[in-house]
Amino acid sequence: MQSFYPLETITIKEKVIMSQSIIRVNQLHKSYVTGSNSLHVLKGLDIDIKEGEMVSIMGSSGSGKSTLLNILGILDNYDQGEYYLNDILIQKMSERKAAAFRNKYIGFIFQSFNLISFKNAMENVALPLYYKGVSRKKRNAKALELLDRLGLKDWWNHLPSELSGGQKQRIAIARSLISEPKVILADEPTGALDTQTSYEVLEILKEVNSTGITVIIVTHENDIANMTQRIIRLKDGIIESNHTNVPLADKSSHAIYVNP
Amino acid sequence: MIDYIQEIFSTLRQNKLRAIMTGFSVAWGIFMLIILLGSGKGLENGMEFNFRNTSKNALWIWSRRTQVAHDGLKAGRRINFTVADGDILKRKFEDDMDNFSGRFHLWGDYAVTYKNEYGDFRIEGIMPEFKKIQLVDMLQGRYINEFDIKQFRKSIIISEPVQKHLFKDEEEKPIGKYIRVNGVPFMVVGTFLDPEDKDKKQLYMPLTTTQRIFNGNNRLTEMAISTNATTVAENKRIEDEVRDLLIERHRVAPDDKQAIGIWNTLENFKQAQGVFAGIRMFVWVIGIMTIIAGIVGVSNIMIILVKERTKEIGIRKAIGASPFSIIRLVLSESVLITALAGLMGLIAGMGLLAGVSAILQQVAVENQDVQRAFFNPSADFNVALSALVILVTAGLIAGYIPARKAAAIRPIEALHDE
Repeated sequence: MQSFYPLETITIKEKVIMSQSIIRVNQLHKSYVTGSNSLHVLKGLDIDIKEGEMVSIMGSSGSGKSTLLNILGILDNYDQGEYYLNDILIQKMSERKAAAFRNKYIGFIFQSFNLISFKNAMENVALPLYYKGVSRKKRNAKALELLDRLGLKDWWNHLPSELSGGQKQRIAIARSLISEPKVILADEPTGALDTQTSYEVLEILKEVNSTGITVIIVTHENDIANMTQRIIRLKDGIIESNHTNVPLADKSSHAIYVNP
Repeated sequence: MIDYIQEIFSTLRQNKLRAIMTGFSVAWGIFMLIILLGSGKGLENGMEFNFRNTSKNALWIWSRRTQVAHDGLKAGRRINFTVADGDILKRKFEDDMDNFSGRFHLWGDYAVTYKNEYGDFRIEGIMPEFKKIQLVDMLQGRYINEFDIKQFRKSIIISEPVQKHLFKDEEEKPIGKYIRVNGVPFMVVGTFLDPEDKDKKQLYMPLTTTQRIFNGNNRLTEMAISTNATTVAENKRIEDEVRDLLIERHRVAPDDKQAIGIWNTLENFKQAQGVFAGIRMFVWVIGIMTIIAGIVGVSNIMIILVKERTKEIGIRKAIGASPFSIIRLVLSESVLITALAGLMGLIAGMGLLAGVSAILQQVAVENQDVQRAFFNPSADFNVALSALVILVTAGLIAGYIPARKAAAIRPIEALHDE
């Protein structure tokens, strides 16, 4: 049989598509083996996230959403399939290399903030740059600049224990941004916050997204998910639905989604 | 670099008390090691002090009665050395010998008098070479010399205690004065001090004079040799050959240990040194065992620390810390704790030794026995250097297992245990 398109054309076409995707996952499988039991968590996922998108991943507990996030964040390995991050195939790699990749491409935001308790706000924000080998002066300056942007400049020398949840999450966001990543992975970023603060945090994330950084949020809150451009729903390790939200023109439209 | 140190200190500050407690065990270990080593050195110095006034490779030869019959001669025969023995030894062992001196002891009552003062002292006729075998510090005048020997001069040198005993008037200069030994006047030509025993009341006069005046004829009561041997084996060989020669000359049974005695200082010195080398090794073993206890303590604490900091390490790894940087973090902390604590132990130990040493030195001025038993305990630079190497190694060993544990922490597990 002869192909309709000449081979080369197809290759070029694929390349064009590739360069638009920041995260591309093909037939991703992941099992956890504990003793004689094998738990098949991810059963062949296909996900394509374009550069600059803001996507939420939803699913009940056990749906595999955390596992997926760990794999996307190169915190965990996968068994089968392919995962391209910024067009680079992420395979089993040394911890050192994985750490370098995380440092370069990914910023993490966690539900419990995961700030280092004995470091002040500025030091926490600056830490990723320490591992990048940036001088203290430069990284602190950059950290202060970011804190300023997030309205926390006056709090730079406070320890995390002296700050509110919303402030802590904003510091965590600043920390995830400081190494200028391509992707922000947020694992239940509003899980520990009240509704008002949640929205504030999400607004910040949207702002971050508007600068061109891809944002992926794992959440189980519909109203949060509805504020993103696309929702990927996982159930029992497969994608249940993957649909684009109606573009949200202004804040007033939240009301529609807030009420279930 | 500054960054890296600040990073370590910021975490150490978190657990000040724990760091101090952990460090204490290491400091104590090093402290003990230094004290033990210093004490060992002190004992050794005391021993060496005892050998100080004799040439270290000397042979002291004396004679007694034979124990067994030999060569047709019955047992219990008194062996007497003569000047001829000395001459033969000098000739035969020309290549092995540095100095030779015949000795003639005066036994019994030979009262020494000066004006109205008198006393009984040890009196010995010697040759000028004797001063290189039995070392003394000359205070005034000169030692016995060749002319004294050749011309049978009635010269005498006296130790400081003898001088004090006879010359009550401290202003009076003993040199050139005549003292009487058993009624015979001798001119004092020198005063000396025996560094081994500052209270020793001793007089030396020319060997030839002594033999002539005190019915010695050509007899020698004893002989002393300093050899040019540098090893125990060599000195032992010379000792054996000297013994063989004397045994043959005096027709003594070869297995008669009593008749001719030789004290080999080098052999004894080396034996004593061997004992102290053993003590030193023993001390090192104990010291290192103590330090191992400290290391285990540090290691233990570091493991707990790593466990407590699992989450923090997970965060660091998630935001881009490589396993090596985590290993470095834990190892540096461990090395820093051990090195700082150890250094304090080192300084404390050295300080204590220096203090004790200073006190001992003051005591020694009045009481020589102290100096002989235990003198100048100190840990030298090499010991401190070895201790330092041990410390850093200890820190690395102590930190290794915890560091490996820390590096193996998986960020997902660390971050998801809520």
